[in-house]
Amino acid sequence: MSLYQLSKFLYEINRDPAIQARFRANPQSALEGYDLTDEERGAILEPDIGLLYVLGVNGQILMHYAAFHGIEWSDYLQRMRDGIKRHGPVRAGLYAMTTSLDEKVSS
Amino acid sequence: MSLAFVGICSHAPGITGRADRADPAHRDQFYAALGRLREAVDAAKPDALMIVAAEHFANFFMNNMPAFAIGMGEKYEGPIEDPDWLKIKPRVVQGAPDLSRRLISSVMQSVDTAYAEEWRFDHGIMVPLHFLDPDNKYKVIPANINCQGPPLTPLHRAWAFGEAIRAAADALPERIALICTGGISHWPATPDSGKINEAWDREFLDRWARQDRAAMLSYTDAETYRDAGQGGFEIRTFIAAAGAARGKGEIWHYRAIPIFAVGCTVGVMEIV
Repeated sequence: MSLYQLSKFLYEINRDPAIQARFRANPQSALEGYDLTDEERGAILEPDIGLLYVLGVNGQILMHYAAFHGIEWSDYLQRMRDGIKRHGPVRAGLYAMTTSLDEKVSS
Repeated sequence: MSLAFVGICSHAPGITGRADRADPAHRDQFYAALGRLREAVDAAKPDALMIVAAEHFANFFMNNMPAFAIGMGEKYEGPIEDPDWLKIKPRVVQGAPDLSRRLISSVMQSVDTAYAEEWRFDHGIMVPLHFLDPDNKYKVIPANINCQGPPLTPLHRAWAFGEAIRAAADALPERIALICTGGISHWPATPDSGKINEAWDREFLDRWARQDRAAMLSYTDAETYRDAGQGGFEIRTFIAAAGAARGKGEIWHYRAIPIFAVGCTVGVMEIV
């Protein structure tokens, strides 16, 4: 588990257009230099927003990575809920879900 | 006396980015309160606008997280987010490097702030600027309190930061308007986005408005997390405002607008 490295990649791609361009051209190469597990690498590449959320990525970083992939707001919220359903509760960090799976707070 | 104005406001990205999805009447009342805040800032005739924010990993990360930071750049750019997502056009904001340097030197007499000549504004500063400085006319001094990456800045240190800004501003010939921007209870960017604990918010704002320092500083982070979510940690910016102004506060607007993911707040505080 390397939540710090995972978060750092997302922080850096969120703020650096050069990394965004590299990722678009060759996603694998943009991940070089980050010490990631296969699960983390797969979640970034797919992108599996739900799994990234479950792994503990801070929502303030994750929502921009979702926007980078063109994922609309309501879809972003739903993908996190789907991630919990598929992968279980958030494993680390401050951004755990506090409502139940079928409770929709806001669309 | 060169602290010319102290105000507070919310800053969530949905306020602009998802404007078309809110109840228009509620949205427009909130926007009107922000317009009133803009007029009050203008009436104070500031030489610079200092914005104390709770940024969200746009500049500061866990590789080197400052408890406090103040900008000292010649200029700043924002938003760092996709402008189409935030629905705020990119702009270059003029800094006030010489004024910043003098302010920071003075703040450092009591609070060990970091400083930064590079700073890219995220929605935490861009949303307030969008409403308070639509013409991009003000020189801006950004500041930040770590409300995002634990260990967080203690509440009493946020108060001390406000006091240090006040002492620094009072010793300067320039007029500074201080805007402190944060959320109260909210669970932003989680599946719970839109959840707001209105009772908790009103209790906090009451403590703030009556300038009850002990009550404002009495929250533990565990209590805030339980009752007000991770977004509740941003009360630090409002606490800094109270430490700077020292007077009674007045809440001009509060309403929970779930699609904006926050209890939308606008207030001012008397400088005494």
